[in-house]
Amino acid sequence: MEVMSRVHARNLVEWARDKPEVVVLSADLTGSTEIDLFRDAYPDRFFSMGMAEQNMMSFAGGLAREGFYPFVHTFAVFIYRRAYDQIAASIAYPNLPVRIFGFLPGVTTPGGATHQAIEDIAVMCALPNMTILEVGDATDVETMLDVAQSINGPLYVRMLRGEIPRLFSKTEPLRLGQARILSTGADIVLFSSGICTEEAMRATQALAARGVSVQHMHISTLKPFKDPAVLEAAAQARYGMITMENHTILGGLGTCVAEMMAEAGIGKRLVRVGIRDTFLHGASRPYLMKKYGLDAMALIRAVEKLLDTTFGITEADLAAIRLESVHSAAKAEAL
Amino acid sequence: MAISEEVLSWQDRARRVAWGIRKRVLEHTIASNGGYLSQACSSAEILATLYIKVMKLGPSQAPMLPPPFPGVPGKDNPHYFTGAGYNGPKAPDLDRFFLSPAHYALALYATLIEVGRMAPEGLAMFNKDGSSVEMIGAEHSPGMEVTCGSLGQTLSQAAGIALARKLHGETGRVWVFMSDGEFQSGQTWEAMQVLPFYNLDNVGVYVDVNGQQCDGKMEDVMRIEPLRSRAEAFGARVFQVDGHDVNALAAPAEMPTDGRPLVILAYTNPCQGIGLLEARRPRLHYVRFKDEEERAKYAAVLAKM
Repeated sequence: MEVMSRVHARNLVEWARDKPEVVVLSADLTGSTEIDLFRDAYPDRFFSMGMAEQNMMSFAGGLAREGFYPFVHTFAVFIYRRAYDQIAASIAYPNLPVRIFGFLPGVTTPGGATHQAIEDIAVMCALPNMTILEVGDATDVETMLDVAQSINGPLYVRMLRGEIPRLFSKTEPLRLGQARILSTGADIVLFSSGICTEEAMRATQALAARGVSVQHMHISTLKPFKDPAVLEAAAQARYGMITMENHTILGGLGTCVAEMMAEAGIGKRLVRVGIRDTFLHGASRPYLMKKYGLDAMALIRAVEKLLDTTFGITEADLAAIRLESVHSAAKAEAL
Repeated sequence: MAISEEVLSWQDRARRVAWGIRKRVLEHTIASNGGYLSQACSSAEILATLYIKVMKLGPSQAPMLPPPFPGVPGKDNPHYFTGAGYNGPKAPDLDRFFLSPAHYALALYATLIEVGRMAPEGLAMFNKDGSSVEMIGAEHSPGMEVTCGSLGQTLSQAAGIALARKLHGETGRVWVFMSDGEFQSGQTWEAMQVLPFYNLDNVGVYVDVNGQQCDGKMEDVMRIEPLRSRAEAFGARVFQVDGHDVNALAAPAEMPTDGRPLVILAYTNPCQGIGLLEARRPRLHYVRFKDEEERAKYAAVLAKM
């Protein structure tokens, strides 16, 4: 598996080259949100706003009203917790094309509860006019900007930084409202998002070796949540569904799937793997994923629960699995 | 009246508009047994001076009679409009106006009527179901352009607009009307911080310092003074004026800009012109008469106006 570094930093500079109307706003986290290269490349389009997120959000609304596309970058918690009223009144209500990039989702920081965005999707989902994307790999990060620009209205992107694996083919861009099919199967349907997809891929390989067929779909569009392929897969699951997310199970992917199933009248079991209505604390990502049940082993347990069995899969079995970047099943011939 | 308008000085016209604002808002308050009357009393000269003298606006582009609420903004609603059209067209050399405390909407509507930008009948649509003439003005309400009912957000939005206008090479200015209570809000100071940082001297802020807020006297609720030195310390060019003196209000706007945002602290009396209001101190935020006797007293005042 290829691991990429500072994907957004380089990609944004290239992508924005011929888009003078794209401006970038920073709240004192320029290097930390990978917009330092943009600042250096286009200093006239970079605006430092200081540690003042409320003003930054309303200010971005003002710029958007005059024809600019403000790309607001900071840690996710400082967006939706500090400046929710400003996002609601200055950006979302008037449906302005402000692109909001929230970094450090869930367990991706050892910064503790004040830095870990664990309920951002729930909060943003409740906001009318808001579109929500979550990226899961380097290809998602690279190709999300074109999707962003196609949206007539505000967008919240749950972002990744630093070293990011490439799980999906470079030739298959993120598409709005379209899940990536990573494996096909009839026993279990698994929906994962963000960094959980990599863990899920580890688990599905181990499960396949035990004869369990899993339909694994990576979800990047959390709102609007109406991909017909997701509903179709849910309807065909033999034993039930599992959602897996780096977010509280209340109001995130698990809730999106549950609501979709209930509205469509699909009466099947759903096991939600995610943060279980608790704050986290400061520690490493692998430690937190294990402690709060977001890792491959947690998924194995969820499958065992649905199938009412035990597989005897060990941590060592999972560690031995090598992940390769995959093409979606939609283009099987490319495999 | 048509003859005298021609020969009146701008000062006399502004004073006449200010008087008209008070009268219309009082009339409305009596008719609907409630209204934001003290806000009209304190801000009448500020709003009148802005519209008569300070702001460079084109003629209204909006229908004299405000259209019904067009539905909220969204990608599926092509019919949405803002109330900015009442302040004329958007043009590079023209000014823009932003009313920050949306609770002053009644005073703004009265102003638009007095300066001929809205039909007097428009005020009858105030706070009526399905109307765009909302009680707490929204961005589709006459004369309004941004959502500002949650106080303290407009200066930041106006700052973003001002920066965008500078980047586009526009020469028109951005005028913001604020209430003093908004200076209790942290976001206001964040905006006061960003304005001089980006040399946004195309922003001019008129603050109605009437010393009153919902709970009563600001001095007792949460002190903001000394506002002048606080604003100056943040890098603004500040003028402290008598908010009922139209000459004093207009003068700072005539000066050449100097890189700093302009802040005019207009000290006002929330009972100005309607002395009867003094009896209601310190609770002046929303006037609702306690009985018919009180209402009749105000009606008598109106009859003499």
